[in-house]
Amino acid sequence: MKFDWFVLPFLSGLSFVTVYTSVKFYRWINKLSRGEKALLKKYIFSRSIWTSIKEIFSESLFHLKIFKTHPLLGYMHASLAFGWFLLIVLGNIEVKFYSEYSINPPYVPIFLNFFEPTTAPNFFGRGFRFIMDFLLLIILSGVALAFFKRFVPSKFGMKQNMRHRWFDRIAIFSLWFIFPARLVAESLSASIYHNGSFLTNTLGKMMSFLPAETLLYPSWWAYSIILGIFFFALPFSRYMHIPTEVLLILMRNAGIRSRYFSHPYQEVETEACSRCGICIDSCQLTSIGYAIQPSYYLRTIRYNELHREITDNCLLCGRCVEACPVGIFSTDIRRHERTLQHEMRTVKFKFNQNKFSNTYTEVLYFAGCMTHLTPGIKKAMTTILEHSGYSWQILDEDENICCGRPLLLAGQISAANQVIIHTRTQIEKTRAKILVTSCPICYKTFKENYRLNMLIMHHSQFIDHLYTHNRIATQYRNVNVKYHDPCELGRGANIYVEPRRVIEQIANLLPSSSEKNKAPCCGGSLGNTMLQAEEKKLIAKRALSEMNLTSADLLVTACPLCLKTFSAVSSVSVKDLSQLVAENICEKIPNNAQKIHKAVETL
Amino acid sequence: MPNFGFSIHSPTHIDLDKNYRTIFNYVKVKEPSIQKCIFCGSCSATCTASNYSAMSLRKVNLLLHRGMVQEVRSLTEQCLLCGKCYLVCPRNVNTRRIILLIHEALKMPLS
Ligand code: SF4
Ligand code: SF4
Ligand code: SF4
Ligand code: SF4
Repeated sequence: MKFDWFVLPFLSGLSFVTVYTSVKFYRWINKLSRGEKALLKKYIFSRSIWTSIKEIFSESLFHLKIFKTHPLLGYMHASLAFGWFLLIVLGNIEVKFYSEYSINPPYVPIFLNFFEPTTAPNFFGRGFRFIMDFLLLIILSGVALAFFKRFVPSKFGMKQNMRHRWFDRIAIFSLWFIFPARLVAESLSASIYHNGSFLTNTLGKMMSFLPAETLLYPSWWAYSIILGIFFFALPFSRYMHIPTEVLLILMRNAGIRSRYFSHPYQEVETEACSRCGICIDSCQLTSIGYAIQPSYYLRTIRYNELHREITDNCLLCGRCVEACPVGIFSTDIRRHERTLQHEMRTVKFKFNQNKFSNTYTEVLYFAGCMTHLTPGIKKAMTTILEHSGYSWQILDEDENICCGRPLLLAGQISAANQVIIHTRTQIEKTRAKILVTSCPICYKTFKENYRLNMLIMHHSQFIDHLYTHNRIATQYRNVNVKYHDPCELGRGANIYVEPRRVIEQIANLLPSSSEKNKAPCCGGSLGNTMLQAEEKKLIAKRALSEMNLTSADLLVTACPLCLKTFSAVSSVSVKDLSQLVAENICEKIPNNAQKIHKAVETL
Repeated sequence: MPNFGFSIHSPTHIDLDKNYRTIFNYVKVKEPSIQKCIFCGSCSATCTASNYSAMSLRKVNLLLHRGMVQEVRSLTEQCLLCGKCYLVCPRNVNTRRIILLIHEALKMPLS
């Protein structure tokens, strides 16, 4: 067997990583509940495992999602990950050409030029050397880009770099030096044996003035030591994400989700975060000066640092989750941790039961707390409901009651459950067919936590439904409108189409660069209890400038809280969708009148 | 003596130098905006919880100053954290955080 002492740092590092990772994986899987284990097992032996394998290639190695964020950033990540992967795979194949053994120790392909220094014997061998040089070049370009990114992140579509700890720095620097070290060693070897290709041979010739014979052996040692340092640092640094992401993809596709704080799935998520910093840019609290984004938050969890205020200081807007290339549900982790901090089990509410209606109507309108503070929306909805032809009533006309989501977001689960049971009873008592609400927060809660046996609609969906069934008609106005997607309605409940369809019936809808799942949060989110009023105002102002309203006459949103927050700071007038509709509603439905209007406008 | 339907309150003498201010101080350090409250009562007027309970943030604040922990507990437990009070407060008091901090302080062993 081929051996030389210099492989030891590499070999011990590699063994350490392998053992450490296996133990960690075993512990995580072991900590899953019996049902979750069964789920994982069933998934691994099912045919859908292929989607995971595909995902592992496209995300862990090729980093397709980062390419979508920014091509150069994607190239940087992919060149390092995919390039290194190919280098290892091809190295292993190449060894087969030279070696008389069918199984070789793992260091032989890594240090092949040392063990088989003779010139490539045939065309295939030279081809291999060429490919290896080419891959090395690609990886080196990735390293160079990573180096430059530290200084000019803006060229990579990023505003900020992650501020790393010293331990991560060791890992980062050793990673940066691995490939230059390999280049030096192989070039020195090429200058003696001419066993390289376009890159190493050329560099070898350029280095011919050096005493290559004396330098060659130390250079292999250097390469091995740097690899060893990287491997020893890996499990404790951000690079633990490399093995962990594979497990995360498997678990996620098997349908496992974290259910409480420090659930094993969450632990896998924490270590699968590569601290790439993409979430830092997507978060609106960054510009306010808070380092609370998932990359920082997950790091404090991982190293057991104090972070209570980081947990609470988040809008739960979900922008970071949308942006994260690894697919980490950081907002869930926060909610689970808040439960640890804020749960109050002693609470017993004494709600009034008899103040609510129990008469039947087709449509039941639930205004919600926030709509009570924006009476304009309630009035507009009354007008629309009047025109709808349905029989209707308002559930919380006299007695305002909460849907329970604010308590859920704050982590007070047992209190929230009492509210949910109470409100559900009141809703069910009316036996309505359609439940309409103006508040996306209520809408999401009704959908996810209430298990109601009726059609649940946000008012944007309801109005859209009224249009499609010709129950209302509106006048077309020639105004330019931009639409703001509320967090809980867009990212939260995936409703993007209906509000836009409604606006297009009345006005001219302008496209926006930050809309749909990229839409900013108004800053008023109930998810955050830490921000001060001035900070919220600043967030709202910056959100408005992000949406760029210069060409718009009107900003339309579909959430009472967004309406209230934006109205306070916007120079362009802000309206709720229902107000826009109610103001332009026609008394009687004219035959195709609105279509004619539209046709005239376009002429 | 004819009975006019009036009665006398039991004495609720509060010695502002000696009363129990631990919770108030705990909240004050973490959320200084509690000191901006002018006891206008806007929060109480809009409070969702006031529909079915005696919850009133203005009162909670007052009771905190006076160190009346039991009353504070029974009131704040009824809060739904809906945030209406924050939206109407003319002084931008961060009401929901104050309530969460009170909950937190109440869970601590001393109180
Ligand atoms: S949470 Fe996602 S986006 Fe943020 S640093 Fe981690 S991997 Fe990157
Ligand atoms: S949920 Fe929103 S506020 Fe919270 S960290 Fe993510 S982007 Fe920032
Ligand atoms: S509305 Fe604000 S200032 Fe007025 S009593 Fe309530 S907390 Fe105090
Ligand atoms: S958050 Fe609590 S105190 Fe404030 S209005 Fe809602 S229920 Fe009342």
